[in-house]
Amino acid sequence: MTAFRAPPKHHEGPVEWVRVHLFDGVFNSILTLLVVALLAWAIPPLANWVFIDAVWHGSTREACEGATGACWPYIGARIGQIVYGFYDFNERWRADVVFAFGAVGLAWLVIPGLPRKGWVGGILLTVYPLVAFVLLSGGWFGLPIVSTERWGGLLLTLVVAAVGIVASLPVGVILALGRKSELPVVRALCVAFIEIWRGVPMITVLFAASSLLPLFLPDGLEFDKLLRALIAIALFNAAYMAEVVRAGLQALPKGQTEGAAALGLGYWRATVFIVLPQALRTVLPGIVNNMISMFKDTSLVTIIGFFDLMGTIQAGATDLEWASPNVAVTGYIFAALIYWAFCFSMSRYSARLEEQLAEGERR
Amino acid sequence: MTDAKPMILLDNVSKWYGQFAVLKDINLSVRPGEKIVVCGPSGSGKSTMVRCINRLEQHDDGKIIVNGTELTRDVRNIDTVRSEVGMVFQQFNLFPHLTILGNCTLAPMWVRKMPKKKAEEIAMEYLTQMRIADQAHKHPAQLSGGQQQRAAIARALCMHPKVMLFDEPTSALDPEMIGEVLEVMVDLAKEGMTMICVTHEMGFAREVADRVVFMDAGEIIEEADPETFFTQPKHDRCKLFLSQILGH
Repeated sequence: MTAFRAPPKHHEGPVEWVRVHLFDGVFNSILTLLVVALLAWAIPPLANWVFIDAVWHGSTREACEGATGACWPYIGARIGQIVYGFYDFNERWRADVVFAFGAVGLAWLVIPGLPRKGWVGGILLTVYPLVAFVLLSGGWFGLPIVSTERWGGLLLTLVVAAVGIVASLPVGVILALGRKSELPVVRALCVAFIEIWRGVPMITVLFAASSLLPLFLPDGLEFDKLLRALIAIALFNAAYMAEVVRAGLQALPKGQTEGAAALGLGYWRATVFIVLPQALRTVLPGIVNNMISMFKDTSLVTIIGFFDLMGTIQAGATDLEWASPNVAVTGYIFAALIYWAFCFSMSRYSARLEEQLAEGERR
Repeated sequence: MTDAKPMILLDNVSKWYGQFAVLKDINLSVRPGEKIVVCGPSGSGKSTMVRCINRLEQHDDGKIIVNGTELTRDVRNIDTVRSEVGMVFQQFNLFPHLTILGNCTLAPMWVRKMPKKKAEEIAMEYLTQMRIADQAHKHPAQLSGGQQQRAAIARALCMHPKVMLFDEPTSALDPEMIGEVLEVMVDLAKEGMTMICVTHEMGFAREVADRVVFMDAGEIIEEADPETFFTQPKHDRCKLFLSQILGH
């Protein structure tokens, strides 16, 4: 190949960038000015409330009296409850261990370059839930039992979200495959399951699981209320997941299944090695979208008497010891921050995953 | 044709899409090692016929026997036949999420239960034969069309098939890549592979075909050795087709 002349120089520099990106026409310029005005209007009062006018020190309600900003001492005083709910004070270390292992495991999966991610993922999905269950509920190895009714705060939110997210995906995949099955009975069952769960509000499902279900169970047969709620949440979300996955199955070119069939791979091998890897990748944004929505929907368990993250904050806001408008808003902002941090992390992780998965396939 | 038992036998095979007959009493017998080129106008049923041989399509009437196994609803028979019949598609149908090597080793490992190392050795052998050994660790999208089709041929060969079916293998390729694919197909033919090839590459047909089968409207209307087929076609439909395809 002979050398060709270098590409023409583009104008660069901040002034040029601003001109091209913010003021490249009348409409865009007006839009830019509007956004600046909006930010100027919204940010200073918010920053004032959260930082400058906020009370940072103190340990009682008096510290926040008359304040015109956030009341952070309230969060400090209540952080134990916000994180653990009513989990027995002396047993909180067990929750800490569960948190720590979960955090290390997830970090291992997320940080690029660490070896044996498959193993770590496998342990997180099999051994870890068992260990977490034994540690949190107790009753084995001399650990005192902590009834699930005492689990609360962020701990409960994470338990519900993790179980819901992890259980709903495989069930959703099976439902989606069933809905595309050539066997009419399987197909009808899956369609019925999906449509029934999707057609009912989550709150109804939770009520049914917590108060209606025990009425139908024979006397003496009783199982944990949290477990019932978890199963309900997992199945409810599996129905949504199934439709997301089905979109992926439908997007797969027919040639892929034909190519697999022509090699003699049967249905299951073709599904596991050819269909699902591609279908799930296609709908990864939709799956994560569902997971994020599921994470926030966990707050609905307050309705059936659990004190999750949202529940403890709600309870704190009406606590006479602290009650004041600023305290309540401080609590909600704090809760929002925590929810946002988790959801945003999921979003970022999925974005990176998408990029990595697409890497080898780029030209 | 009487001395050996046929590798592939189609006996009065018919197929309908709704009321429309796509295959009408097709009779075709292919000896081991024989190379058949199937041609005919678009919509004549040639792809459908080839796809019936490994049951990507089901025939509604008649009998199809591949290497002694009759294709019925029995799933085991279907899988047996499919693992013995290699297929190459117009659109390659490589698996985009796997490397070329991964494409080639998947079926040997999971259908033939071959150890990974052995499967990779065999795959590299065929990739070398297809002259794309250096592409083994790339993904399909990183290859040119011609390379992809050669990878797809290697993938099929890794199963050590007794028959290779080609369904318009060069129709989706840019003109300058058709040659490289036909070349490896000629090599394969010379090695004695039993081949059924739907194609309009008449040069290829002349060079390797033992028989050319011409289909129109779901029927085989002419069947002859290439020389006879190209120089003295019997049917008018055949003459017209040849004049259109060779005329430019």
